[in-house]
Amino acid sequence: MAKLRQCAIYGKGGIGKSTTTQNLVAALAESGKKVMIVGCDPKADSTRLILHSKAQTTVMHLAAEAGSVEDLELEDVLSVGFGGIKCVESGGPEPGVGCAGRGVITAINFLEEEGAYDEDLDFVFYDVLGDVVCGGFAMPIRENKAQEIYIVCSGEMMAMYAANNISKGIVKYANSGGVRLAGLICNSRNTDREDELIMALAARLGTTMIHFVPRDNAVQHAEIRRMTVIEYDPKHKQADEYRQLAAKIVNNTNFVIPTPIEMEELEDLLMEFGIMEAEDESIVGKTAADLAA
Amino acid sequence: MTTLSREETDALIAEVLEVYPEKAKKDRTKHLASNDVSVEQSKKCITSNRKSLPGVMTIRGCAYAGSKGVVWGPIKDMIHISHGPVGCGQYSRAGRRNYYVGTTGVDTFGTMNFTSDFQEKDIVFGGDKKLAKLIEEVEQLFPLHKGISVQSECPIGLIGDDIESVSKKAAAVLDKPVVPVRCEGFRGVSQSLGHHIANDAIRDWVLDKRDGQPFESTPYDVAIIGDYNIGGDAWATRILLEEMGLRVTAQWSGDGTIAEMMNTPKVKLNLLHCYRSMNYISRHMEEKYGIPYLEYNFFGPTKIVESCRKIAAFFDDTVKAKTEAMIARYQPMMDEIIAKYKPRLEGKKVMLYVGGLRPRHVIGAYEDLGMEVIGTGYEFGHNDDYDRTIKEMGDATLLYDDVTGFELEEFVKRLKPDMVGSGIKEKYIFQKMGIPLRQMHSWDYSGPYHGYDGFAIFARDMDIALSNPTFKNLVPPWKKVAEEDVKKAA
Repeated sequence: MAKLRQCAIYGKGGIGKSTTTQNLVAALAESGKKVMIVGCDPKADSTRLILHSKAQTTVMHLAAEAGSVEDLELEDVLSVGFGGIKCVESGGPEPGVGCAGRGVITAINFLEEEGAYDEDLDFVFYDVLGDVVCGGFAMPIRENKAQEIYIVCSGEMMAMYAANNISKGIVKYANSGGVRLAGLICNSRNTDREDELIMALAARLGTTMIHFVPRDNAVQHAEIRRMTVIEYDPKHKQADEYRQLAAKIVNNTNFVIPTPIEMEELEDLLMEFGIMEAEDESIVGKTAADLAA
Repeated sequence: MTTLSREETDALIAEVLEVYPEKAKKDRTKHLASNDVSVEQSKKCITSNRKSLPGVMTIRGCAYAGSKGVVWGPIKDMIHISHGPVGCGQYSRAGRRNYYVGTTGVDTFGTMNFTSDFQEKDIVFGGDKKLAKLIEEVEQLFPLHKGISVQSECPIGLIGDDIESVSKKAAAVLDKPVVPVRCEGFRGVSQSLGHHIANDAIRDWVLDKRDGQPFESTPYDVAIIGDYNIGGDAWATRILLEEMGLRVTAQWSGDGTIAEMMNTPKVKLNLLHCYRSMNYISRHMEEKYGIPYLEYNFFGPTKIVESCRKIAAFFDDTVKAKTEAMIARYQPMMDEIIAKYKPRLEGKKVMLYVGGLRPRHVIGAYEDLGMEVIGTGYEFGHNDDYDRTIKEMGDATLLYDDVTGFELEEFVKRLKPDMVGSGIKEKYIFQKMGIPLRQMHSWDYSGPYHGYDGFAIFARDMDIALSNPTFKNLVPPWKKVAEEDVKKAA
């Protein structure tokens, strides 16, 4: 039996992490892999396409109802969906109260203690909240958790900033544990020369663009039905894109400690590709009135 | 032993610090000084109220300790909720011997622990709903309480529980004060910030709640501020003030009530004992209500007489006459006590290390017994405390701020005082070194030490410690044998 591979998906909020993860996982399941998804986001939308549900009941909500996580059983929180994919959502508070980061820590500890990572699993995917705002959201990449990080990004400026920042976070944990950057997944927004740009960024970060996922409405059509493309329309060419991504991840051996770049270097790169214009230092701090004068 | 010269004291400090790494030495040097009575501002010779160095075994507490443990806790008719996990409230429960009159669990709650007992889910989903529920239950179970304070433990500041809005809502429903206190333990460098936060909460949520309401005043109304009634201290103080013809309308906060606090803006004079923990609210009342405050010292007859005359000078001749009569009445009793104990205690040297007001306030009481304080220091003092200390201590005596375990042990080894006045954490270290120690936080479960009555007990307790034959018998038998062998051989 192959060793369990634990992967975490990070990336800027709204970039399509959850959608990409679920389609990817569906493709893996289709190819016969045993996979589990752990949603690490209080929004709890990391498993809906697999389970065809609005939002899975989360570990933390069940724990709050029962009293504490010690009162829960694994089967209470674990649901099985398309292709035998096991699904768990850590859950957390509504925005503005409590501590969502602690929820992630508690939920992951619970899964470990309860033996959710059983021996016949091939992959665990952590789908993590966009911004690593505190230690809780770094939980999936701490020691003995995810070893491979995939960053979902696009050719937009903020998505690339985020990818670089996440790489900085990985460096911190890479030095103390075994976590490695495994590649960038470009979830296309149809910007100019997007693939070249992300490949260039990947090269600077010391990794590769593992796959370029083109933009296609089939994803949205499937999503309206709370399904992955793999399940909704397995013959669609977009389904093949996710199958390719899945195959590349299965065969991926390129795990690196990333080399995040300085802000200026990143800006130079963006300028090179025409995403950003050269800064005009003479206008910094000038109001409209100043400039008119 | 002889008193050290300034050069010797400075050399001692340098010698003790020798073992530290350079950075620690540089930091700690600023917190140690030989006293110079000619200095007006202590900031020229000593640094205080700074972060302790890691690893030095500071005995400081936290902001929660300063608020819940010191300022708010003794207010007896309120329920003080330790909001957060169970430990902070449980392990500080009833630890400070703030005596009070009342039926615990019915109309007073001083020794009880109320906590929201945070669980994992309260951290994740926030504890405000639980707090609201807890307040509701408190009202049902203890309807005679007069108000609630919410004392924040560390997690509250991290997860951002909106205790202010819960408190406001609950106060409206209960028609009683509910006071949120943001005294998370990680704030500030010691319990001192907790005192300040607690004072500010009283200012913002309590003090002005009876402004404009009728109050039958007398020209003699005073409040005791900063007496926590440890072992009955505030009571021993209050009877003297009453004998002087004053009316004590509030005790802050030992054996105090929230109603007394709300009525304090109506007094003529605030009498401030523990400056460190309650100067903030005293200043506020001076600014807002024009009530002056007067720092006094009720340790030992010399300081008591001095303070009483200072207080009386604020009032009319009747008070002055009554004060003199009171002093005259107690003087023979004090003379008798001094006559009894001084011969045994004369010339004995003491080193102090405590908090609040005691590092300077008890010096006079020791001196009344013929004893000498050769070193003193504050756990969490500020420079205004040291300003007031310089004049109380002899020239070239040792001052140590936030002293480390190592430093205090070394100083005691070198200076060889006859006794140490400090806390439970120091007690057994020094007693095992053969030096008597009296706890000057809790009065070693004795007290009161304030006022004339307190001095009688203080004198007796110091004598008990110093004249205890145990310390002469500390050499274990096997060492004795060895000593005898040496003698025989010689």
